[in-house]
Amino acid sequence: MAIEERDAHSGYLTTGHEWNGIKELNTPVPRAVYFFLIATAIFSFAYWVLMPSWPTGVSFTRGLLGNDQRSIVAKSVRQADLERGVWTKRIASESYSAVQANPDLMKLVRESGRTLFGDNCAACHGADARGGKGFPNLTASSWIWGGSPEAIAETIRVGVNSPHKDSRISQMLAFGRNQMVSREEALNVAEYVRSLSDAGPVREPAGKLAAGKQVFLKNCASCHGDDGKGKNDVGAPDLTDRSWIYGGDLESIYQTIWNGRQGRMPSWENRLSDLDRKILTLYVVDLRTPR
Amino acid sequence: MISGLTVSERQSALIILTVMAFVGLAMAIAGRADLLGFHGGIVLLISTALIFAVIGHYYDPEPPKERLAEYYDDPTRVGIVLAMIWAVVGMAVGVWVAALLAWPDMTWDVGWLSFGRLRPVHTSGVIFGFGGNALIATSFHVLQRTSRARLPDQISPWFVLIGYNLFCVVAATGYLMGLTQSKEYAEPEWYADLWLVIVWVVYFLIYLRTLQRRQEPHIYVANWYYMAFILVVAVLHIVNNLAVPVSLGHAKSYSLFSGVQDAMVQWWYGHNAVAFFLTAGFLGMMYYYLPKRAGRPIFSYRLSIISFWGITFMYMWAGSHHLHYTALPQWVQTLGMTFSIILLVPSWASAGNALATLNGAWHKVRDDATLRFMMVAAVFYGLATFEGSFMAIRAVNSLSHYTDWTIGHVHGGALGWVAMITFGSFYALVPWMWKQERMYSSKLVEVHFWLALSGTIIYVFAMWNSGIIQGLMWRTYNENGTLSYSFIDSLVAMHPYYIARAFGGLLFLAGAVVCAYNIWMTIRLARAQDTVDNSKADIPVPQPAVALQAGE
Repeated sequence: MAIEERDAHSGYLTTGHEWNGIKELNTPVPRAVYFFLIATAIFSFAYWVLMPSWPTGVSFTRGLLGNDQRSIVAKSVRQADLERGVWTKRIASESYSAVQANPDLMKLVRESGRTLFGDNCAACHGADARGGKGFPNLTASSWIWGGSPEAIAETIRVGVNSPHKDSRISQMLAFGRNQMVSREEALNVAEYVRSLSDAGPVREPAGKLAAGKQVFLKNCASCHGDDGKGKNDVGAPDLTDRSWIYGGDLESIYQTIWNGRQGRMPSWENRLSDLDRKILTLYVVDLRTPR
Repeated sequence: MISGLTVSERQSALIILTVMAFVGLAMAIAGRADLLGFHGGIVLLISTALIFAVIGHYYDPEPPKERLAEYYDDPTRVGIVLAMIWAVVGMAVGVWVAALLAWPDMTWDVGWLSFGRLRPVHTSGVIFGFGGNALIATSFHVLQRTSRARLPDQISPWFVLIGYNLFCVVAATGYLMGLTQSKEYAEPEWYADLWLVIVWVVYFLIYLRTLQRRQEPHIYVANWYYMAFILVVAVLHIVNNLAVPVSLGHAKSYSLFSGVQDAMVQWWYGHNAVAFFLTAGFLGMMYYYLPKRAGRPIFSYRLSIISFWGITFMYMWAGSHHLHYTALPQWVQTLGMTFSIILLVPSWASAGNALATLNGAWHKVRDDATLRFMMVAAVFYGLATFEGSFMAIRAVNSLSHYTDWTIGHVHGGALGWVAMITFGSFYALVPWMWKQERMYSSKLVEVHFWLALSGTIIYVFAMWNSGIIQGLMWRTYNENGTLSYSFIDSLVAMHPYYIARAFGGLLFLAGAVVCAYNIWMTIRLARAQDTVDNSKADIPVPQPAVALQAGE
């Protein structure tokens, strides 16, 4: 039943079949199709000869070029380390103060520190390092575990309340929830703590502040100090400055006293090299240096 | 629809649905301590609802005997409606997740609103929900017309259509609850996978049984592609989903493969899902509706043969190009890359065959938005396959991999090719199916065309820009030998493009809504007024002498 027809438009014959009105022309395959099929096939054959390509049971054909992606990567990583070595060795070996005193090295610290900080620290501390609720502002002058380069380097190395064996450990107890202070005492001491930093007019009766101070000296001073200026060795923040991790309004302070706080920071010892941590330390110290 | 079934078929339907309801009940009981129980409940609920639907029409009069001399199009009609529902839902979720990338706070700390859970709802919703239903609906239509034979029976097409949509619902609800195998495009868990195997085998059998009874001496090209789609998807689906469930009462399972083998199997699957689901199936669609609408013969039968075998053979090798510069051995990457390059030739041959078919009908392309949808689809198919082969080159891939360029590439194919050829085919098919002369509004088809085209172009250009910028930022070193940009820097740079992308997607979604409205109004028109009686011309055998029996 195959009846070929000549298509008036193209001049080609049909195949003689029809499917519900659809016919097909018997147009020969355009030369270009064969050309590109052969060209791509030749390219592929050449590529197979030159590069690792076909499996041969337990091994594979390695190709004439001896191209091996693993050794190429290993080599370029070594090469890059070598090139960076010019300045990384100096940062690694010199003391913090020596690096800080050297404007050329500090330029390198700022350049590479910015991407290191962005990729590793910014998720919690913010791209601008100003922190957020629950995450300290690193550009402020207030440091919970100490603001010297050595102290910052140690905090980065071991983390805070992390699984690292040397981790810095601190916890603010839930004084209210665990019934160490009454609701009234908690309110009083919150009022007192706020007054330590809030220079504004005293809105509460002085008696309340005095009562709060007594509660403070009894419960809080062992960590935060009699003057409320905090202690770096136990990670107790300074309560007299304007830096607050969880908020410095009365409500937030009350919540902190009632429910306690325990922040966390991961240990970076196994995630970043000694050099990268040193660069980060210098970068963070540099952030609060007015320029 | 149910009254189109004979009483014995209604009984078979009740038996099948009852078995399904009991399976759902068993899942609900066995998995009561697990999310599996929730899915058991869904299966039970849907099966029971369908049982009541069948019972409600159980005593309807039997359909007339003459129906057997006509094509069986009820499943196609329902398939079109389901496809459009999935299209609107899937694309709406797509716009939402695109907006999430630009404004990530929009999850409001709700688990199921998070990007990781919504994204597979989008991908599965459009690929399997929209694309799959469109393929099933059109394949039933094309198969019957090009074979001049009615579908073999009236139960199995419904089983395939409903069963497939049940799979889609289980998949989508599972994602929202956090159920996933973590294999891209193969996320549903073991029980959904097993169910799909049953559905898919029945689908393949419908094809074989109809072709066996065909009244044409030759099998038309469209059917080669549809068959390749069904057969290969079955093979891919079964192998990639080989897994051991924790227990029969748990949704969780563990893949049979691990490490780099798992990655290779997954991307052999993933790439061929693109090849045989999103390419071969829709080429089948194109090979029927494009020449039909253009009123032109296929440009070259010989070219069809070269393209078909080229595509089916080469695609099988290309999956490893998704794993360039990974733990996958380099020789596998080489093979993936070279076969991807050769693959360009048969792919372009297909696109060229489609475009050359329009020779002599270009004036129709100018005037008819429906045909223009199909023409633009063929162009985007050519663009996407070129881009795909290009990105498979290792050196190019080292820049493009993991960036938004990949997303742009996928959407150039998905929006420009898959969705456009489907919309074009639907605009041709819907008036035939509901016996109308034309769609409710040709103007709206035109509006849809421009929405879809501008949406696609905005989307793809946004992602090209974003992807290349991203790739360059990630690999830029300053002169000290350290990275110039942090990841966050690249995210900040992406933000305007993410907004543009969401806008492009919104335009495309708006087009799909216009299409759904137009189809809906066409259906209402068919209900309200007299239909154009094209049944005389659209039957298996125009002569009254031969009646083609269904049911073998």
